[in-house]
Amino acid sequence: MNNSFIALLRRDFLMILRNKSEWLQPLFFLVVVVSLFPLGLGPGPTLLARIAPGVIWIAALLASVLSLDQLFRSDYEDGSLEQLMLGNQSLSLLVFAKLLAHWLTTGLPIIALSPLLAVWLNLPMEAFPTLVKSLILGTPVLTLVGGIGAALTVGLRGGGQLLALLVFPLLVPILIFATMGVSAVAGGMEASAHMGLMFAYLIMSLTLAPFACAAALRISIS
Amino acid sequence: MLILNNITLERYYEPVFEPVSAQLGAGETLMVTGTNGCGKTTLIRIIAGLLDASSGKMQIPEQAVAYVGHYLGLKDTLTVRENLQFYARFSTTEGDRDITPELERMQILPLADQPARSLSAGQRKRCALARLLFQPDALWLLDEPYANLDADGLSLVDRLLREHKARGSMAVVVSHNRLVPDDLDIKTLEVRAWSDEQ
Repeated sequence: MNNSFIALLRRDFLMILRNKSEWLQPLFFLVVVVSLFPLGLGPGPTLLARIAPGVIWIAALLASVLSLDQLFRSDYEDGSLEQLMLGNQSLSLLVFAKLLAHWLTTGLPIIALSPLLAVWLNLPMEAFPTLVKSLILGTPVLTLVGGIGAALTVGLRGGGQLLALLVFPLLVPILIFATMGVSAVAGGMEASAHMGLMFAYLIMSLTLAPFACAAALRISIS
Repeated sequence: MLILNNITLERYYEPVFEPVSAQLGAGETLMVTGTNGCGKTTLIRIIAGLLDASSGKMQIPEQAVAYVGHYLGLKDTLTVRENLQFYARFSTTEGDRDITPELERMQILPLADQPARSLSAGQRKRCALARLLFQPDALWLLDEPYANLDADGLSLVDRLLREHKARGSMAVVVSHNRLVPDDLDIKTLEVRAWSDEQ
């Protein structure tokens, strides 16, 4: 494997783990949002079961995207980003290392936490595997597509709001496919079509997003 | 061989500095001088490939580029050793190795396990300059390498540049108050801010 790729992945991982608030905050946000819904809407089990996929997915989407604002910002501000661009390595590969580190520290914990949230919201047992599957396919897309927005807004003050504005429209399909799929299974139907479309979206963002991020970073730095 | 031919950069439809030309061969050091805000940093960032020149031709050597700019690229939450360990691995093809000799060389070994956050400006500069030791054959681009350093640090940079010359490698040094030592093969390039009057 590429030496710089591993070095960068390891450094980012170490930094995120050392700065606990960075990876705990999105999870805390997710848990708080999901647990406020039963309080606000009333604890009727049928109502909660019906809205569970949407609530969990919206909370996961917000938690993921809101944490992305920091993805390139510290590198941009302290000059590390310039150092990444100097080398002969491809910037897209290095960007991919950063995105991977972000997903491992936000997406993966969200997936791990999702069954617990599903229990809280009384989601039917048979929909659990589909929920987890949709998150496995969907959270990398949140990081990858959100990364493009983060790269574009890295040089702007208050880029966070703009990032959300740029990225949410691109993430709407994922939200729709995921919640429809989980709801379908909860209602006793199949979700393979939805999961297939999510998989396609994942493949598309995996192949295109690192290049788009790298190009956006080059624009931001000049 | 580093060749700059009438390089300039336009911002808001106006050149930042008057077009500059220079040629640098093996073992030579290009000393870039000029007043504050005349575009020295912009020029060195163009050479580093971080900015694209809007006119002129540039030919840069095939070796890697090592750049120490105003933003030093140090992570506050990581220790000095972790910071430099990253760059050691990042900029070379070898795996992890002991970087103690480099830390010792820059006289920052006692700080090795302190987070970069707690360092003084001069100590941070030494850390950033330690990166050069990982890339001895690269084209060194140093933007104000002497800033913030104590007398000891200044002569350390001079020594690094001398060794770099002895290896036959090139360096571009931006500095406006302290000159690089005379025994280097120095070429000077004065950058002048663009003015409309001409």
